[in-house]
Amino acid sequence: MARISRGFRGRRRQDAEPGRLPPGQYVTPDFPVLSAGPTPHPPLQGWSFTIGGAVGEGRSWSWEELLALPAEIVTVDIHCVTKWSKFDTTWKGVPVDRLLEGTEPWGEYVVAWCDGGYTTNLPLADVTGGKAWVAYEYEGEPLDPEHGGPARLLVPHLYFWKSAKWVRGLNLSPEDKPGFWENYGYHNYGDPWKEQRYWGD
Amino acid sequence: MGRQRLPWREVAIREIRPETPSAKTLVLDVPGWPGHAAGQHVDIRLTAEDGYQAQRSYSIASAPGEPDVELTVERIDDGEVSPYLTEEVGPGDGFELRGPIGGYFVWDPARDEPVLLVGGGSGLAPLMAMLRHRRATGTAVDARLLLSARTLEDVLYRDELEELAADGETAPPVVRITLTREDPPPGWSGFRGRIDRDMLTELGLPPTERPRAYVCGPTPFVEEAARLLVELGHEPARVHTERFGPTGG
Repeated sequence: MARISRGFRGRRRQDAEPGRLPPGQYVTPDFPVLSAGPTPHPPLQGWSFTIGGAVGEGRSWSWEELLALPAEIVTVDIHCVTKWSKFDTTWKGVPVDRLLEGTEPWGEYVVAWCDGGYTTNLPLADVTGGKAWVAYEYEGEPLDPEHGGPARLLVPHLYFWKSAKWVRGLNLSPEDKPGFWENYGYHNYGDPWKEQRYWGD
Repeated sequence: MGRQRLPWREVAIREIRPETPSAKTLVLDVPGWPGHAAGQHVDIRLTAEDGYQAQRSYSIASAPGEPDVELTVERIDDGEVSPYLTEEVGPGDGFELRGPIGGYFVWDPARDEPVLLVGGGSGLAPLMAMLRHRRATGTAVDARLLLSARTLEDVLYRDELEELAADGETAPPVVRITLTREDPPPGWSGFRGRIDRDMLTELGLPPTERPRAYVCGPTPFVEEAARLLVELGHEPARVHTERFGPTGG
């Protein structure tokens, strides 16, 4: 039993349905921002999204081409490792399944890479099967730069640092290569339901 | 670096120091504390009698190598945790803590490069750990702080900042403060208003000196400060940011 903090009552969340909030999280109506450096503002002209690495032939889309792909609108709960969770966020984006269609992946892992140098690693299985999108709209509006616009990865079943902001591509690999935060003490996989926040969790 | 799980440790509050009308520093006894780097943070976990728990992150304000861990907590009126930590706890009370956490927003004096520190409000806490560490190590590395606060009363560690900046023994850090919400007191020689390009230019350490910058504060402050630094020509990869929102509660 953890040490009781004398007199601490906390605020019980009536807005959180049982089973909807991962352990150690709290619900916020805000959309806090977290990133390690300045927000990049890449010009859309010359912007591209690339699938590369262990996929046989790589492929690439310009901004206009990405927008022209069939997109989905999804409403999901998101969970940040800094403890906030936000329910019912609505995004529009292209399913990663769609971007991988016709490629022949021969690696089990991906590294998402981004403007500004950020990277994050995920098993391929966690960005396929309807579990991940390259999102470019949030609540019906173009995604704000500070929230990752023009486009970010959206992988809502993992802690939100895996949903890389300013994403420019996915590199497939037969090896699992830790990304930015994964090298700085954060968990390699990041399942909020298992509270995998830091190394060894 | 090991990849063992960071354990939760039971900690006791040894001392509470009021810093401003809305912020207090908790001085903690942390048995088995492995030490930290300047700029890192900890997670704390509070447990109510019925088992309900709440976790939050706080930057460490004390320097590496000090025996205690100090956290400065700013009260957020509608917060769940900060009103408890700033108003209800006393010496001897405690909670659980784990850390240190974060390997990116850290300053290592051995890097021997000038540092630009830009803080907004209680975002000063991890930057203070850096300045305290700088003093403890006696390094002459050029360090400059620009702090934005609402009023003079809201400036954390004000006396200590003055002492640091006046320290005759070593090369003192440059400390500049801008006040955003009040008419400055008579004789005020600091800046006034929200941070801007001119303040950062006057602070010194232009991009040609290749400083490493650490920016911490509320999100809009950090966005603006980081944007200005990049606009002035600082390499984005040398601008480290740490943000907190009103949900830090």
